[in-house]
Amino acid sequence: MNWLIDFFGNPDNWSGPDGIPVRLLEHLEFSGISLLLAMLIALPLGLWIGHTGKGALFAILSANAARALPTLGLLVLIVLLMGVGTIVPVLIPLVALAVPPILVNTYEGLRGVDPDLRDAAYGMGLRGSEVLGRVLVPVALPLILLGLRIAAIQVVSTATVAAYVGLGGLGRFIVDGLATKDFPRTIGGAVLVALLALIVQLGFALVQRVMVSPGVSQRQTIR
Amino acid sequence: MIKFDRVTKRYADGTVAVDDLSLEVPTGEITVFVGPSGCGKTTSLRMINRMIDATEGQILLDGVDVKTIDPPTLRRGIGYVIQQAGLFPHRKIVDNVATVPYLLGWDRKKARDRAMELLERVGLDLKMADRYPFQLSGGQQQRVGVARALAADPPVLLMDEPFSAVDPIVRTSLQEELLRLQAELNKTIVFVTHDIDEAIKLGDRVAVLRVGGRLAQLADPPTLLARPADDFVREFLGRDRGIRRLSFVSDEGLRLRADLTVSASADVSTVRGTDEPWLAVVDGENRPLGWASVKDLPDAGTLADVRLAPYGTFVRGRDSLRGALDAALLSPSGSAIAVDEEGRAEGVATREALDEALGKVAGGVGA
Repeated sequence: MNWLIDFFGNPDNWSGPDGIPVRLLEHLEFSGISLLLAMLIALPLGLWIGHTGKGALFAILSANAARALPTLGLLVLIVLLMGVGTIVPVLIPLVALAVPPILVNTYEGLRGVDPDLRDAAYGMGLRGSEVLGRVLVPVALPLILLGLRIAAIQVVSTATVAAYVGLGGLGRFIVDGLATKDFPRTIGGAVLVALLALIVQLGFALVQRVMVSPGVSQRQTIR
Repeated sequence: MIKFDRVTKRYADGTVAVDDLSLEVPTGEITVFVGPSGCGKTTSLRMINRMIDATEGQILLDGVDVKTIDPPTLRRGIGYVIQQAGLFPHRKIVDNVATVPYLLGWDRKKARDRAMELLERVGLDLKMADRYPFQLSGGQQQRVGVARALAADPPVLLMDEPFSAVDPIVRTSLQEELLRLQAELNKTIVFVTHDIDEAIKLGDRVAVLRVGGRLAQLADPPTLLARPADDFVREFLGRDRGIRRLSFVSDEGLRLRADLTVSASADVSTVRGTDEPWLAVVDGENRPLGWASVKDLPDAGTLADVRLAPYGTFVRGRDSLRGALDAALLSPSGSAIAVDEEGRAEGVATREALDEALGKVAGGVGA
């Protein structure tokens, strides 16, 4: 507890290029960009595979392969190949980390929609894209959002590795703290990362509440 | 009118689901496709709205080959009801019903008004409109399914085993609701079921299909029951064909006797002399109370004091001969009391009268 007070109570930790606000913004930058890129790759691919049923095996295999990649190892390899200087080396492993849960959940979400529902939608005269957009996605939304949430939390927690290759982010406190045996700093960094993950979790719960139809989440709405 | 002209559906692996099917579904009637599983009844239905495309032959909808119409356009003009209702879980009931009107670009308010009108029409409480499908029972969901199919007022309705997933009591009420709706709307309905009793109850015409997708017989229910085309149809129709056929014979030909009813206020002595073993006792408003056995009458008093035997009634002009026979079997007298729509006795159908009417029906089978 004292260590936390030492760390968060010290005004020096709240300002400058090494302060909490700057590190937090850096952390959010890595995580946000990685997540966005992962969504741009995995969402359309997952929707397409889930809707058409084509390429499912490819998706599952490559998602599993990506999951098996050691994030830190990949990061070190990329830095060795590309050198440091940009944030690109840290984005690649984070994207690789975020794509599988988004892809698999989107695909599984669509595939799990009751076939009768699909049949009824086509039978009413909806076109393929209307079936996808107006029926399959709204019904599969809880799973799709779950995939995004898992991805976001993993990315936020794992973005600490950026510090190992000399980049910023909340990982800096942990790495630097360990290096200098400044334990309040290490613990403080870890707590910040954990808090951020918690906030992401809450954020998604809120998004889910707003975006998912009560008919799908089966929240009672009758007064 | 929907016309199947030598329609065959053959899958890539060589399985033939529907084999050279030719038949006509007349406008404004319910035509039921019935048969065991694997007989191609659902495939035949789904070829009409091109959920499945025929391999050979043509399906003509009012003279137009359905294959020349783009499937979504075709389907928006045909109501479609499936077994599990298939309601969109994320949409409120009213929006579910308005699905096709929305697709057709109707103004939102007009579409919702139409949806409300239809919910009322299929017998749903309007409070349901703002609920979601999961909040409704299976029977209610199926009513919504029917309302949704009717929303854009399509002339044709395809119903694929719509009532098989609900319990028997709900099924009966949905069937009656459909017949009531059809009497108002006169849609051209193709109805698929594996339940021959449902087929006979609902169909103006029944097409019995055999495994392998061949038409075994197409006929109206009384003809089907009286003269099945072959052993397959006979077996499929099951037991009690003769009795079930009586449901389609009107009771109009049944001779009634008015002299066998007697008021409860009559004195025992006034009826003792009759040759009849049983008399139907009625109250002051002419409603049946029961049967009095003449040989067991007490020495004095009115008929109101007599212990009466149970009775059965049938509604004259509305019930069938089957109803009359059933009523007769519910009473030790062996006769049935005919009543009007208000339940007032019109007369008695005696065993002799029933015998005579049944004789005519039996004679008709050979004709």
